[in-house]
Amino acid sequence: MALTPADVSRIAHLARLDLEPAESAAMLGQLNGFFRIVEQMSAVDTSGVEPLYTPLAAVHASELRLRDDRVTEGDERAANQASAPAVEDGLFLVPKVIE
Amino acid sequence: MTALHHEGVAALGRALASRQVSSVEVVSHLLGRIEAHRALGTFLHLDAGRALEVARSIDERRARGESLAPLAGVPIAHKDIFVTKGAPSTAGSKMLAGYESPFDATVVSRLAQAGCVSLGKLNCDEFAMGSSNENSAFGPVRNPWDTGRVPGGSSGGSAAAVAARLLPAATGTDTGGSIRQPASFSGITGIKPTYGVCSRWGMVAFASSLDQAGPLARSAEDCALLLSAMSGFDERDATSAQRPPQDFDAQMRARRTGASASKPLAGLRIGLPREFFPAALAADVGATVRAALAAFEGLGATLVDVSLPRTELSIPVYYIIAPAEASSNLGRFDGVRYGHRAAKYVDLLDMYKKSRAEGFGPEVKRRIMIGTYVLSHGYYDAYYLQAQKLRRMIADDFRQCFTQCDVIAGPVAPTVAWKLGAQDDDPVAAYLADIFTLPASLAGLPGMSVPAGFGEGGMPVGLQLIGNYFAEGELLRAAHAFQQATDFHARVPEGFQ
Repeated sequence: MALTPADVSRIAHLARLDLEPAESAAMLGQLNGFFRIVEQMSAVDTSGVEPLYTPLAAVHASELRLRDDRVTEGDERAANQASAPAVEDGLFLVPKVIE
Repeated sequence: MTALHHEGVAALGRALASRQVSSVEVVSHLLGRIEAHRALGTFLHLDAGRALEVARSIDERRARGESLAPLAGVPIAHKDIFVTKGAPSTAGSKMLAGYESPFDATVVSRLAQAGCVSLGKLNCDEFAMGSSNENSAFGPVRNPWDTGRVPGGSSGGSAAAVAARLLPAATGTDTGGSIRQPASFSGITGIKPTYGVCSRWGMVAFASSLDQAGPLARSAEDCALLLSAMSGFDERDATSAQRPPQDFDAQMRARRTGASASKPLAGLRIGLPREFFPAALAADVGATVRAALAAFEGLGATLVDVSLPRTELSIPVYYIIAPAEASSNLGRFDGVRYGHRAAKYVDLLDMYKKSRAEGFGPEVKRRIMIGTYVLSHGYYDAYYLQAQKLRRMIADDFRQCFTQCDVIAGPVAPTVAWKLGAQDDDPVAAYLADIFTLPASLAGLPGMSVPAGFGEGGMPVGLQLIGNYFAEGELLRAAHAFQQATDFHARVPEGFQ
């Protein structure tokens, strides 16, 4: 089942990407080429197989560690905002969202 | 001593410790070479001033008789996927042009603590997505063995710089082969350790369940020294393996039971997956790999037939999982907190869409689109979940293999390095060339590329060695024994003597 131009524009919207018409057309061909490679996956019977989301789970039962609930770093706001496109009074500026 | 740029990490470390040479001398010499070979496109940012300052301070401390870290004064550089304080960190993307990180990646700070002097940041495919380094927003990297060809990717700048003798070693990252394949294409040695061995803190994330850091150098010995310094548990990485610090150099030198000077690999069983030697494998690569395997037999190893039946399936499995994780990771680039923001937009949604469209290159957009689609409602089970189940089956296949052998060997890539631009017409077809590196990545196993000889056009061919979980020492020992008996890793591309 091949993707259509409407699918590409829906996915681009979900991905928050503004694609030019020529880009969308090329993308459609490439994605359909890619999903032809993917088809062989569906032929494999995986019933009863546990997904392997993180590789070391194949070695030992792994639990995500939790760190102690304590302050480990000081105020780094100025450094963290130094590369932001638009900042004022320590706040990130974005276009008006609520009238 | 031979010319300084031919010395590897171990030799330079010894020469520096015995004060035969100063760090300032080594750094100055390499800075001159880097300038002379700018056309290779290896460096995105050269930090000459700071490097000389660090080198000078190490020399002064040594002159005062202070005891220094083992790699004190050895020059390296970092793939520009590691963030560095006080220097730009771009991940090869226009999205991060001009970005400066407020902190250093753990790998960067550990190597600095070990005394390595960083000369700057190395070119790579945008967000480490690619196998040729042609996806960098800042231009391609050229292969020193033939400047009309690619160096491999995504750690292409690292590989080319080490091959051209601009650096004794460099850092890289490997998500689906991005250390092993450029090492193979550029005729150097590289190791991707077991997932969790090196901290991912401060590595710009591509696919978090696959990304691993590792060294690229000229020998297994040099890789062992670097890997010992850059690895280890880090509480800042939730997936960091909790184990004591490792001395990979000692593990590499530990004698195998039953080994002798002429048969250092006696008792080592090397598994050859039949799927790694398909009819489509280029004849020059196949012949070179087989000759290298015969040399391993001469060193006492035995060759065993094994099977990794889902090798071909690893291509769609990887190219579902990695883009899925990438589409999620790259969601952070919204033009608000850091990164590119479009100059013109009508509202917040339009700002997101235009900033991302302008900041990301074509390959990154393709992977974001694939990832978004396979995670979207109605497609998740058929694609993403199915891929993660197949990933478990691929890991189980390896487990089965390792009951019959100690390490697995085969080619790194089906061909030698291709010509620049050769894959422009069909970017998706390029994914197929990753077939031999993807299975170990999906399983999280360690893998190496070892220079094994030369193929078509005099281009280097790498032998891939894959080990069991945390068996880096076994891989390094096998590679080291091979390098003691051969000189492929010591060959220098013409024009870079």
